[in-house]
Amino acid sequence: MFDILNEIDLNIFLTVFSGEYGIVAEKVIKATWETIYMIIISTGLSYVVGLPLGIILVITENGHIAENTSVNRILAFLVNTVRSIPFIIFLILIIPLTRLIVGTSIGTVASIVPLTLAAIPFVARLVETSLKEIEWGLIEAALSMGATNWQIITKVLIPEALPSITLGIAITTINLVGYSAMAGIVGGGGLGTLAYYYGYQRYDNLILWTTVIVLIFMVQGIQSLGDKATAKLNEKRR
Amino acid sequence: MIEIKNLTKIYTTPTQKILALDNVNLSVNKGEIFGIIGLSGAGKSTLIRCINMLEKPTKGSILIDGQDITLLDKNELRLARQKIGMIFQHFNLLSSRTVLDNVMFPLEIAKVPHSQAKKRAAELLELVGLSDKAKAYPSQLSGGQKQRVGIARALANEPKILLSDEATSALDPETTRSILKLMKDINKQMNITILLITHDMNVIKQICDRVAVIDNSRIVEVGDVLTVFSNPGTPTSRSFLNAIIKSEVPEDLLHLAKNNSNNSKLIRVSFIGASAGEPIISNMIKNFAIKANILYGNIDRVKDTPFGNLVMEIIGEPQAITAALDFLKDNGLEIEVLKHV
Repeated sequence: MFDILNEIDLNIFLTVFSGEYGIVAEKVIKATWETIYMIIISTGLSYVVGLPLGIILVITENGHIAENTSVNRILAFLVNTVRSIPFIIFLILIIPLTRLIVGTSIGTVASIVPLTLAAIPFVARLVETSLKEIEWGLIEAALSMGATNWQIITKVLIPEALPSITLGIAITTINLVGYSAMAGIVGGGGLGTLAYYYGYQRYDNLILWTTVIVLIFMVQGIQSLGDKATAKLNEKRR
Repeated sequence: MIEIKNLTKIYTTPTQKILALDNVNLSVNKGEIFGIIGLSGAGKSTLIRCINMLEKPTKGSILIDGQDITLLDKNELRLARQKIGMIFQHFNLLSSRTVLDNVMFPLEIAKVPHSQAKKRAAELLELVGLSDKAKAYPSQLSGGQKQRVGIARALANEPKILLSDEATSALDPETTRSILKLMKDINKQMNITILLITHDMNVIKQICDRVAVIDNSRIVEVGDVLTVFSNPGTPTSRSFLNAIIKSEVPEDLLHLAKNNSNNSKLIRVSFIGASAGEPIISNMIKNFAIKANILYGNIDRVKDTPFGNLVMEIIGEPQAITAALDFLKDNGLEIEVLKHV
């Protein structure tokens, strides 16, 4: 442990200013872009499916606007099932499906499949939690005005929960940063692959630690972006 | 206008059945302000929620202008609800929308064209005196202002009925008065029927034409406010009444009733209407050989009729006391000789 620490101090900061810097930088920048690409696409796709699922989880609950116990139970079961499988195992389990969809199980595009599928139930639960923060009185008020379920979803549930949903997006994105690194280990591309092949298998501490630093900045950036967006949305509401 | 027949609501939980409304019958006339008063848990909230079907009745029917709202399908119910405005104790405004957009909300739901909806919402804000807050968000308003927005919103689709679910219960007394005044003005201007529930007799006193007292899931008394107030027929009504006219005699005064004898009586005199303006007590003292010692009293008004009660000690010869009490009764006052308990 102490050896590694000593080595970063010296190695990284010495090498950064030497000729090796160019090669490392090129690799890291390329991998960073791959990671950003995977995360953005899979966050987006996971919300395309997870947001509606979260809404359905809420509105099919007992006493809610589209009460349906069987739909609710089945959905909750599926969500819990996927969430109970550790991502690294899930990744391997769905390789056949990934091949079917993308044609390969290796590379950035292939990683998007497990990332998205794993994030969907997570997103659904986050959205569910956000929507449950809304006071029932608001839904009741809309019902008393003769609103349809669709109007309640689009004009009450989503707008009222938007600050909380936005924070959820940041949490999901950050989670996917971690997941994408795991995907990297089985050849998913991005910073994960870089760190694994160069850092772990070739003992290249420079790349290993540069990757870590890039990941730290990435996560901090996403969180502060999410915080800012939420604060902006809450500005006048509270 | 609203005709409630044999309305029963039973909540079924896995472990028990709770009877929330027990065979309720009520009819509310067009253009009146009808109050339902009851303690919490009495069923008043369930009752008002049944009228726009936020609660589905277990049995019975609710006719609005002859149409049984309990028989409507989903779409018909939505259309019917657009003509029944509702205001709430906790206002239930959308935090994501400005005041103007909140008032436009029911119009959006009814698919009224945007420009028309905006015009209507602006008029309503004018009516409730909040034109200057159109661009504000609910979080920037006081409780009274929020309820004014709630009222404007409830009126947006020009409903025939306004349901008020404890609309003033979260407000201070002064704000309550101003909101009630607004409701009364609206009732007069638009001839809208208002059905309200409350636990506060002052609300009934200030704006209602008729009142129903609900206790333990049943309507125990219905009548015009003055009748129910001056002559409460049930313990529940009496306890509400006491809350406002304080006709409950203070404990320490009741101790005086121990001294009740042939020569001294502690009595309570209740009066309503015109006699409140006449010098009856003064006449009694003049005409009979007695002394009267007024210990406690309260005069109030329901709408434009004064009413109230006095607790006094009457001292004199037994015959004179009897004659004096008869004199009071002859003048339309209600007399009760208080007993020490």
